[in-house]
Amino acid sequence: MVSIRAGDKSAAVDLKSLWAYRELFYFLTWRDVKVRYKQTVLGVAWAVIQPLFTMITFSIFFGKLAGLPSDGIPYPLFVYAAVLPWTFFSNAVTSSGNSLVGSANLITKVYFPRMIIPAAAVAAGLIDLVIALGILIVMMIYYGAGMTWNLLMAPALIIITALLAVAAGMWTSALNVKYRDIRYALPFAIQLTMFATPIIYPVSIVPERWRWTLNLNPLTGIIEGYRAAFFGRPFDWDALAISAAITLALLVYAAYHFKLVERAFADIV
Amino acid sequence: MRPIIKVENLGKQYRIGARREPYSTLRESIVKTFRAPLARFRRNEDSGNTIWALKDLNFEVAPGEVVGVIGRNGAGKSTLLKILSRVTEPTAGHADIYGRVGSLLEVGTGFHPELSGRENIYLNGAILGMKRAEIDRKFNEIVAFAEIENFIDTPVKRYSSGMYMRLALSVAAHLETEILIVDEVLAVGDVGFQKKCMGKLEEVGSQGRTVLFVSHNVPMVMRLCSRAILLEKGELLEDGPSNYVTRRYLKSGTANPAERIWPDTQDAPGDSVARLRAVRALDEQGRLAHSIDIRKPVLLEIEYWNLQSEIRPTAVFHVLNEDGVRLFATNEFNNPVWRERPLKPGLVRARCRIPGNFLAEGLFTILAAVVSYNPDAVHFIESEAVSIQIVDHSDGDGVRGVYGGGSWPGLIRPMLEWEVDYGGRGTEKIGSAPRVYVSG
Repeated sequence: MVSIRAGDKSAAVDLKSLWAYRELFYFLTWRDVKVRYKQTVLGVAWAVIQPLFTMITFSIFFGKLAGLPSDGIPYPLFVYAAVLPWTFFSNAVTSSGNSLVGSANLITKVYFPRMIIPAAAVAAGLIDLVIALGILIVMMIYYGAGMTWNLLMAPALIIITALLAVAAGMWTSALNVKYRDIRYALPFAIQLTMFATPIIYPVSIVPERWRWTLNLNPLTGIIEGYRAAFFGRPFDWDALAISAAITLALLVYAAYHFKLVERAFADIV
Repeated sequence: MRPIIKVENLGKQYRIGARREPYSTLRESIVKTFRAPLARFRRNEDSGNTIWALKDLNFEVAPGEVVGVIGRNGAGKSTLLKILSRVTEPTAGHADIYGRVGSLLEVGTGFHPELSGRENIYLNGAILGMKRAEIDRKFNEIVAFAEIENFIDTPVKRYSSGMYMRLALSVAAHLETEILIVDEVLAVGDVGFQKKCMGKLEEVGSQGRTVLFVSHNVPMVMRLCSRAILLEKGELLEDGPSNYVTRRYLKSGTANPAERIWPDTQDAPGDSVARLRAVRALDEQGRLAHSIDIRKPVLLEIEYWNLQSEIRPTAVFHVLNEDGVRLFATNEFNNPVWRERPLKPGLVRARCRIPGNFLAEGLFTILAAVVSYNPDAVHFIESEAVSIQIVDHSDGDGVRGVYGGGSWPGLIRPMLEWEVDYGGRGTEKIGSAPRVYVSG
């Protein structure tokens, strides 16, 4: 039975109905993947070009010219390992943040758990990440670095990254429905976040007593985690645990906020 | 029997601030919070610029019932459907639904132009709530129904608008939920396909599934629904057998004026070929007429914008009686000048004269449309453009003569020629029955 009630203020996430609509999640993801590179000449190569050229640019400017340290790992490799998850994260949050507004025609015409929309936007980006990871493997073989058991942590790291992107995407997409400022604030905020995250520099260049501030950014533990996984270095489990905890907290908050404002979407989008 | 849909005190309030920006900005709401920290809590009190799109609605639907929801534009029909489809939330009251709901508020929701027909069937099906296995099973049927077998792997952006519509409707038509909520989505597409869709809807109704059908097309409601609900200004005005409710709707004066004008071309029914501007029912002198003497002619007038110079649009009127029977259709091209008329963009005004002593008494609904042929296309259909009441005063020179008694039978009431021949060369002999010859 479906009960439609005025002023239903329950903010509980209905996992059962989310599960019931899993196929729609799959189809929306599949649509985004299919459509993304339609009518482009380079097609899926874009999944690689973006992080690859970012890596080259960073290597020239930050590695060679600025001479940033890289913990003894070749700088291109060092930066690519971080640029990969970062590219995924930033693209995922951007498209997820704009996803609800972009799906206004669905929201005003059909019912389904709205969370599927920002979540599918994130999931679609995972394909690109997996393709770009292939390049990393090639580079690792070329540099003769890091084929260790640590690699087994990579899937877990990808999952945490995706969850963090879902949390950020869900929250911003819901805000975006009401406040179109988000569309302008988002790219800008993402850019700033990149510098607050150890992507072009190692955590080790930050003085010991300020490191904890870096760890408040859940991406720090995650990005360092990728490096540990790819280069066979010891994991900083404390930092990872903090990242995972913050990610989870953000996810719960974002879902709660989303549920609260969800019911008004169709009226204001 | 336990109802399958139960609606209690349902209401929906919309804020209709005059010239208010539709989207608030962060700055605006921050500033507001600082200026009036309590405004947030007082908001409900200023009811000045709100409107109840739906108010105190109560009704129940039994399983297997096919219910039509009728009412003028803005009566709250769509709002009701949106609430029952869970797209939007009510402001008051509640509705309980005991079954899976499939709602078609629009055809082709979520269609992506870059994807092929095949891909869109799966995507659209999933959006409407179909399971993948269900789509797999019905796939061939959907394709066949849409008549697009040869184009199934072509991106839908290359489809003609007719093909696109057919595919979209076909997916929707194969939705198998216990409850089906249908907005007036069938008023598009070519006439042949519309018929097919109507057939499909009838089939759905006869399968014992519950259907809620919103339309302001009275004949369609009468044909499909056993029961109808009449909404006006958000309130339930009438609920009962569809014959009765539709009649009341048509008679309630407000149902159909003698004139309707669409001053804003953008909002008017139509497409890139033609857009409706006005439809009128006039008397012989060209004055607006709500009712007309049965002996006098009725002039139907349509004004539409022809927006291009490649296709020759032509206006069509259908005349329907109170029972929704389509008495006849008439077309602008019956005028021989039509074909010679220069084909250039501009306002077209066409008038059609229905002779006096032809229509029966009663309320007639006029459907107005603009179409074109070869290739056949419907540019718009306004199914209840205007209506006209025909009255018979039984003055003696009408079909009825002075007979003022009960109803006069027949769908139309033409004044026909009678030839009467009396026996006995005009002499009236007592005792010999008169012979009567009838011709005409």
